[in-house]
Amino acid sequence: MIRVRLPEQLRTLAGVGKEVGVEVAGEITLRGVIDAIEASYPMLRGTIRDPATGRRRPFIRFFVAEQDYSNLGPDDPLPTALSGGREVLMVVGAIAGG
Amino acid sequence: MSGVRLLVGTRKGAFVLTSDGKRQDWMVEGPLFGGWEVFHVKASPADPKRIFASLSKGWFGQVIQRSDDGGKNWEPIGNEFAYGAGPGNHLWYDGSERPFEFTRIWQFHPSREDPDVVLAGAEDAAIFRSEDGGRNWDELTSLRASTGSGWQPGAGGLCLHTILSNPADPAQLRIAISAAGVFGSEDSGKNWKPMNRGLSSEYIPDPDAEIGHCVHRIANHPERPEVLFMQKHWDVMRSDDGGANWREISGNLPSDFGFAIGVHAHEPETVYVVPITSDSEHFPPEGRLRVYRSRTGGNEWEPLTSGLPQENCYVNVLRGAMSLDDLDPCGVYFGTTAGQVYASADDGDSWTEIVRDLPAVLSVEVQTLS
Repeated sequence: MIRVRLPEQLRTLAGVGKEVGVEVAGEITLRGVIDAIEASYPMLRGTIRDPATGRRRPFIRFFVAEQDYSNLGPDDPLPTALSGGREVLMVVGAIAGG
Repeated sequence: MSGVRLLVGTRKGAFVLTSDGKRQDWMVEGPLFGGWEVFHVKASPADPKRIFASLSKGWFGQVIQRSDDGGKNWEPIGNEFAYGAGPGNHLWYDGSERPFEFTRIWQFHPSREDPDVVLAGAEDAAIFRSEDGGRNWDELTSLRASTGSGWQPGAGGLCLHTILSNPADPAQLRIAISAAGVFGSEDSGKNWKPMNRGLSSEYIPDPDAEIGHCVHRIANHPERPEVLFMQKHWDVMRSDDGGANWREISGNLPSDFGFAIGVHAHEPETVYVVPITSDSEHFPPEGRLRVYRSRTGGNEWEPLTSGLPQENCYVNVLRGAMSLDDLDPCGVYFGTTAGQVYASADDGDSWTEIVRDLPAVLSVEVQTLS
């Protein structure tokens, strides 16, 4: 199981707590994790990545174990420490404002 | 007893304001979707309990929510708005080309006959249609194919903000795009043509320009759809031939700049606007919030001030923030960028503040409930 921490707005939209768990078969990638999130929580479809282009939304960031993986390719491997829930994939809404 | 329900979209959520037919006492509920920009909340005329809401946010994109029980419960529905065939690019502010990219839905136009059919106007400008209650959306591509490569956004974005249909002939559509103009279709959106003859805009050198006019809002009376009224960037306009030709009816308005325009439910020649000082001063002239009413289809306007602030008022009333009910006398409603919602239960003669201090109001839609 992959642990994913969602920003507050998306937790409210999905009606979930701070963390959700999703299953990803095979290598853990951003595409695989987001596919799994959208499959489990259809109301989040398109909120993390643009549904038309598949691109990460500009103000969204992905952190794992204090490292920024936001610009990782969608099919590149994420840290194996996500496997089994040893680390958390943090989906972060960037600060924008003054 | 009849009643009314106001569906109010704001910068930080939606609010539902309800009253009985007297429209004196109001219940305010909300916010729904707190934190989201709600550009439009619109009920289906075919099923008044079905309500569509457009939520968007710079972080998380577009979410469409639907209620089938009059707003008690909501569920997210389809938010995939894929641009189909047509020009890939429109013009950017500097004249360069820029790809059409979906940002948000500005307006829903649910069918009067079928609760599953709804049109949606988008930014970047495009029109989408759903036949399954909003779960799936298909673009009516010929609108952009007609002249879209020459569209250029105004300061508010390249948005398709108004959709009108003819109740007697639902295939007849009129839409308006900010800084592109009015477009019409006679065949449910299969073919479109610009309908901007007679509009004059000082920022367009060609007085006969087919597109490029900054139309802020159009409105009509459902029983007389061939008569259209328009609040343009500057100028209040009227067409008596379904948009083929336009003439100015600004008359004695203190300013003919503004955003909102509405038509009385029972008097097709009675029109309402809220004059705004100028394109750089988005507040009422002299700091006095006045709705202007014409009972002659334009040119002769009277200020409606009773109950509205007449000093130190520097709010704006945005294009989607005025609505009129079907009761008699006709109810008129509008919201401001400072978060007030005003109501008149007597054709605009007098006004009361239903609520204040909401987030900036983006849209107001009224439902007359039986």
